[in-house]
Amino acid sequence: MSLSPEQVKQVAHLARLSLPPEKVGPYATQLSNILQMVDQLSGASTDQVPPMAHPLEMVQRLRADAVSEENRREAFQAIAPAVENGVYLVPRVIE
Amino acid sequence: MHTLSLKELSDGLKARRFSSRELTRHYLDRIGAHDRALNSYITVTAERALAQADAADARLAAGEAGALTGIPLAQKDIFCTAGVRTSCGSKMLDKFVAPYDATIVRKLDGAGMVMLGKANMDEFAMGSSNETSFYGPVKNPWDLERVPGGSSGGSVAAVAAGLAPVATATDTGGSIRQPAALTNLTGIKPTYGRVSRYGMIAFASSLDQAGVVARSAQDAALVLQAMSGFDPLDSTSVERPVDDYSGALGKSLKGLRIGLPKEYFAEGLDPGARACIEAAVKVYEGLGASVREVSLPNAPLSVPTYYVVAPAEASSNLARFDGVRYGHRAEGVHTLEELYKRSRGEGFGAEVQRRIMIGTYVLSHGYYDAYYLKAQKVRRLIYDDFRRAFGEVDLVLGPTAQSVAFKLGDKTDDPVAMYLNDIYTIAANLAGIPAMSLPCGFHQGLPVGMQLMGNFFDEARMLNAAHQYQQATDFHRQWPKGFE
Amino acid sequence: MTDWEAVIGLEVHCQLLTKSKIFSGAATAYGAEPNTQADGVTLGFPGVLPVLNGEALRMAVTFGLAVGAQVAERCVFARKHYFYPDLPKGYQISQYELPIVAKGTLDIELDDGHGGVTHKTIGITRAHMEEDAGKSLHENYSGATGIDLNRAGTPLIEIVSEPDIRSAAEAVAYLKKLHQLVVYLGICDGNMQEGSFRCDANVSVRRKGEAKFGTRTETKNVNSFRFVEKAIEYEIERQIEVIEGGGRIIQETRLFNPDTGETKSMRVKEDANDYRYFPDPDLLPVVCSADYIERIRELLPELPDTKKVRFQKNYGLAAYDAGVLTGSRELADYYEEVVKLSGADAKLCANWVITDLLGALNKLGKEKYVDSGFVTIPASMLAGLLKRIADKTISGKIAKEVFEAMIAGEGDADAIIKAKGLVQITDESAIISAIDKVMAASPGQLAEYRSGKDKLFGFFVGQVMKATQGKANPDAVNRLLKEKLAG
Repeated sequence: MSLSPEQVKQVAHLARLSLPPEKVGPYATQLSNILQMVDQLSGASTDQVPPMAHPLEMVQRLRADAVSEENRREAFQAIAPAVENGVYLVPRVIE
Repeated sequence: MHTLSLKELSDGLKARRFSSRELTRHYLDRIGAHDRALNSYITVTAERALAQADAADARLAAGEAGALTGIPLAQKDIFCTAGVRTSCGSKMLDKFVAPYDATIVRKLDGAGMVMLGKANMDEFAMGSSNETSFYGPVKNPWDLERVPGGSSGGSVAAVAAGLAPVATATDTGGSIRQPAALTNLTGIKPTYGRVSRYGMIAFASSLDQAGVVARSAQDAALVLQAMSGFDPLDSTSVERPVDDYSGALGKSLKGLRIGLPKEYFAEGLDPGARACIEAAVKVYEGLGASVREVSLPNAPLSVPTYYVVAPAEASSNLARFDGVRYGHRAEGVHTLEELYKRSRGEGFGAEVQRRIMIGTYVLSHGYYDAYYLKAQKVRRLIYDDFRRAFGEVDLVLGPTAQSVAFKLGDKTDDPVAMYLNDIYTIAANLAGIPAMSLPCGFHQGLPVGMQLMGNFFDEARMLNAAHQYQQATDFHRQWPKGFE
Repeated sequence: MTDWEAVIGLEVHCQLLTKSKIFSGAATAYGAEPNTQADGVTLGFPGVLPVLNGEALRMAVTFGLAVGAQVAERCVFARKHYFYPDLPKGYQISQYELPIVAKGTLDIELDDGHGGVTHKTIGITRAHMEEDAGKSLHENYSGATGIDLNRAGTPLIEIVSEPDIRSAAEAVAYLKKLHQLVVYLGICDGNMQEGSFRCDANVSVRRKGEAKFGTRTETKNVNSFRFVEKAIEYEIERQIEVIEGGGRIIQETRLFNPDTGETKSMRVKEDANDYRYFPDPDLLPVVCSADYIERIRELLPELPDTKKVRFQKNYGLAAYDAGVLTGSRELADYYEEVVKLSGADAKLCANWVITDLLGALNKLGKEKYVDSGFVTIPASMLAGLLKRIADKTISGKIAKEVFEAMIAGEGDADAIIKAKGLVQITDESAIISAIDKVMAASPGQLAEYRSGKDKLFGFFVGQVMKATQGKANPDAVNRLLKEKLAG
């Protein structure tokens, strides 16, 4: 499997990464090499093998429904790039 | 003082032969003298360290000290530390100060350990040479032209050069073991779920596990003990008592069954490294262990499996870095899309971007089954291999890396060649089993590490096997020139 | 229009009534200052991890059992990826392949157009747990958009219906029924203004008799029953017009504008359908044992339909009355309390609760009539009044007067009856004396009556009641008056 420059641009868009035009080619080559290496997987016989998402055969633990977190807005927003009156600011979103 | 073991340091502190402040000062001085050459720390927290040292001295004076009280350490800069920047080696988090501590930070602080600073690392722990850090590469104390391995390159360089007696580290595909091997250290990645992941910046959640790099198995056992245990803040943390690691270190190896996976001794292993490992096997036989060949037939698929699973999870875990609530935010942007793309494009380095793109691609519509689902199935095959092997043997022994440390810049242009550095270490992460690396000799003047892999939650047995070997050998006691 | 048939499926987002968020201990209260209920997990800070709120799971299971669905023995949380500023992690934790609830049904009642009702069963495809997003604020931030993440991480169940719905009226009936149910179950406060219960409508049209579905659109932001009706009606008409005009429907997301009653296309997101779902590695599979499910089943309250049937049967109520009284759990409980405490006839109690109590409270503008928070007239109080009717202390007519006073806050029935001297006159001599006076004062009418003008009987009753200030026992008045008038 290899990735075309066009696909690299698409993937970068999906991942919200700006991609300078001169880097598209090199990325296409590198990502294609990685995918070629990954293609070894297609040779493995995995019929009837259940996928494994986790190394441990454990189940989800449940938390009691209690409010344990106090308001720490100031601490969290001390490192925010742009806030006003307690809200985070982003460029205007048109709906 | 920096050549003493943690036990010796603790004894010295308790006997008041030196204070924690003196010890801390000593390490801070060494950092000042040597770290310009090594670049093992991103942030040195001298003031905080001295305050912690004073608090530890008070505890020591009051007779309330534990085994680690007053002992300094380096924290890998992937663990959130309240009030101290946590960069994860990335420009993205260059100004990030978390308002919370990682659970292991809280535990080690609670044990009275003194944090000297935050250790350098590959950006978001993605790398095997510590060359992807925004803060520059880390040098190997054994040869400053060579890499220390990665991603925990700062942790190992600091400990190997005596700029910290011990350090925390993390391992997603070998990031504790491979750098430990390349710098003559003992590094252990425990069973997945043994140490809390809370406050540890995620790379690949189903593979990430915190551990220790130290100068001996005995040192590692002490710190791992303090880090381990159930944490209600982490859904993947295991509710199970922690074994007494230090207490397990005296046992004879008579009857220990060691398996040598034939796939780990195939083509690709440097003959110099192979010779060291074969010699180590002889030592184990001499200690009473029985050795036999085992097979991990799917081990050769671990690298391709990993490079689907890890990037997929990483692409998702790193989606939160968008320049809105914290982290790097591009200037002069006018639209939301521009804000995202430029903040991320500027904040992440090339290797991180490569992995995000691979991960995005393998999860995207039309490719999920062929890549992600397939990789999860192969992951089970690899897991089953280990299950089978541990039916026959107690520990699996093999190389940690294919060879000794390589030169800086050697592999930076070839991601695939770089990825193959982790060919022997990745399988343990995929399976979730504990694994460690320990020094077993030198080749061309550079350290060679061997790897031990254990069954689930069998850290104590593994650490004892390493300890017994270290009682019989002195490789781990060797120091890199210029840092003694 | 008559050649066409609409096919409608609804997706309802229902906020679960937990104190804390689905994956963290931050509060979920509505209306707090921006970002004061946003902890590290809510904000998607690095390193922090989700842990599932057990109460959210219990509520989701409760819903599944109430709609007769399959509750998954094992369900999995998945990450749904897209970039939007109200989604802090760049993904929403949701469920994809293995949801907690699958294959349920909901019975709805529809007006048959002839004064009766018909029943229809709407399939529920699935209901899954997920986290809510935050809110974007478009005003007052100097040209920028503000982000408040208080709502982010609030537990939701998304309830997806089968495309079984065929009209706006059916859609509203389904929604109302669903709304009633989740409020009954105590898993949602049902507040549509605050967004606790939100609806997206998938609508397509096809020519009658055609087996294939048409292309559908998804209309978002329809957050009242009336808007749902309007939005769907608009969308059906629009689609028919487009097709009849030779055009074709584009599969898209549309936004309902409550001011114009129209839907309009939202900007098309080109990567909208590449959410890159995969199992969330920070969360483990959720396992609901048979025991766990049984324990929840045992705690299920009596559901509205069952309750309605029981009310009809046990209290001899008409279907309509039983429906009104079982409209909410609080009202049904209130009614049963009144019956029990008053010992009065159940139908009489029903009339009083429906006509008098609800009527009065509606007039007062109190929507949640018997909410425990502001019970204007507690059940014991209304029962006290009905008891006095039953034991003939007061007449039904006087009871209305007492009730008015009760609403005005003048105390309980006995106090009002006493203060106003409204005790019914049952003493026959007193009634006879009043009759005598009336007869004496109306010789003309008496003569006419006696000459055969029976209709005047009513006049005499009125005069006697007037003379006794309405307190005379009506039965006694009737009987005694008849005797006396006969001469």
